Amino acid sequence: MIITKPRDWARIRANLESISARRVFLVGCGQCATVAKTGGERELIEAAARLEEDGYAVTGWAVGEVACHLGGTKLEARKRVGEIEAADALVVLSCGAGVQTVADSVDKPVFPGLESAFLGNVIRAGIFEERCQTCGECVLDLSAGICPVTTCPKGLLNGPCGGMWDGKCEVLADRECTHVRIRRRLAKQGRPVPGAVPPKDYSAKLKPGALDLREKARGHA
Amino acid sequence: MSKLADALNLGEFVITGEVGPPHGTDLSAMLASVERLAPYCHAINVTDNQGATLHVSSLAASRAVLDVGSEPILQQTCRDRNRLALQSDLLAASTLGLENVLIVTGDDPRCGDHPKAKGVFDIDSTQLLAVASGLNDGVDMNGTPIDGSTNLFIGAAAFPEAEPWDVARERALQKIAAGAVFFQTQAVMDVDVFTEHATELREAGAKVIAGVLLLKSPRVIRFINERLAGLMVPEAIARRIEDAVDPLEEAIVLATEQVESLRGAVDGVHIMPLGNDEAFVRVVEGAGLV
Repeated sequence: MIITKPRDWARIRANLESISARRVFLVGCGQCATVAKTGGERELIEAAARLEEDGYAVTGWAVGEVACHLGGTKLEARKRVGEIEAADALVVLSCGAGVQTVADSVDKPVFPGLESAFLGNVIRAGIFEERCQTCGECVLDLSAGICPVTTCPKGLLNGPCGGMWDGKCEVLADRECTHVRIRRRLAKQGRPVPGAVPPKDYSAKLKPGALDLREKARGHA
Repeated sequence: MSKLADALNLGEFVITGEVGPPHGTDLSAMLASVERLAPYCHAINVTDNQGATLHVSSLAASRAVLDVGSEPILQQTCRDRNRLALQSDLLAASTLGLENVLIVTGDDPRCGDHPKAKGVFDIDSTQLLAVASGLNDGVDMNGTPIDGSTNLFIGAAAFPEAEPWDVARERALQKIAAGAVFFQTQAVMDVDVFTEHATELREAGAKVIAGVLLLKSPRVIRFINERLAGLMVPEAIARRIEDAVDPLEEAIVLATEQVESLRGAVDGVHIMPLGNDEAFVRVVEGAGLV
């Protein structure tokens, strides 16, 4: 899931002030931002109260099934058309993907209400860690299911670096070195240590990523 | 031909020093240091944005060292440049007459003076060693022939006292396979452990130049233990310096003892006097290396 964090409230206010907005419609997300406790119903109610405290009028709020789904978000916007029409601006408590989907779905200024942080694993409720960069060229087969691209702060494919000490990471000294973990897991599973990993193909992750399964089905890809 | 390579190939016990390029355009302090150290060194390392902090590039500063008649060891980290820039700089090094290169990963930007910088790490030090070997063989990293190959004497970093050693050893052997001909190491703490592990790397075919650090004050020791991961000063050594009437004098004696013990066990020493060039000279002279 996409992990989001609250955005500096002063920036949200400054965004609204930049267009002299006084009436605001709030949008959340029923998926990631709900799980991350940043853009679910509870957080929207809190944000609405805070906006009202600061003198803004909240014309309404909506938490659709998933903010980044264009069809669903357009449908949600049509259901709330009156409240959205009454607003000067929308603030979206979701990741940047959701913010852009909302901006494509309504004809009003849309501002981000959160900061998008990373693609995260849910370790326990409320505890998230980044394990995957969606790099487009998976190396987990070579690294015993531990991603060095993500979990080594330097993203080294071959390690450890010279800062490893007592099995610990140089940069995040309270953590075990990713490359030591990889070696230990390979050994425990009786797997051979792969040789030097060649340089990564960053063209596998050119921006902007796009995938059209329908095009494939039509035989164009 | 690199004098460093010649000396190592002849089995001489080599001495290398280190200078840091300035944070600005005034090279005078660096060149004064070069002038003081050069008579005692086979070559002098020129650091590459050391500590992930902004300095004149190692490329330009290495050429400045060459221009005053000394032999530099260009340092190249993988932190600040992608594969195009790294290859471009290695080619540039050859056109500038630079022959020795030490290839390292580099400290993470969040440790330095520009913590908001993006750490590049497009390729890692093992991969860059292989790239440098390829340039020596006349091909870029795509395997495309280049017009005029490099003639680089390629080195890497190693940490013989790292724990777990099995993992650190494997990494060092990987660097030899990728093209590292010599190692310059992190600072020696326990000479016996160091020598045992360095011997494994020498038996694998690499020359080992041992790092000797002047632990010139209790403050330096605290800094190393608290701020620099990857290097821990053992209690006995820390106490020896801290309890000394004159910690600097004791540090010089300690470094001299280390150099004496390493002579015959490794291929040379890389002395890091932490800015105290007079101490460098005293260690070299004290160990009878002049």
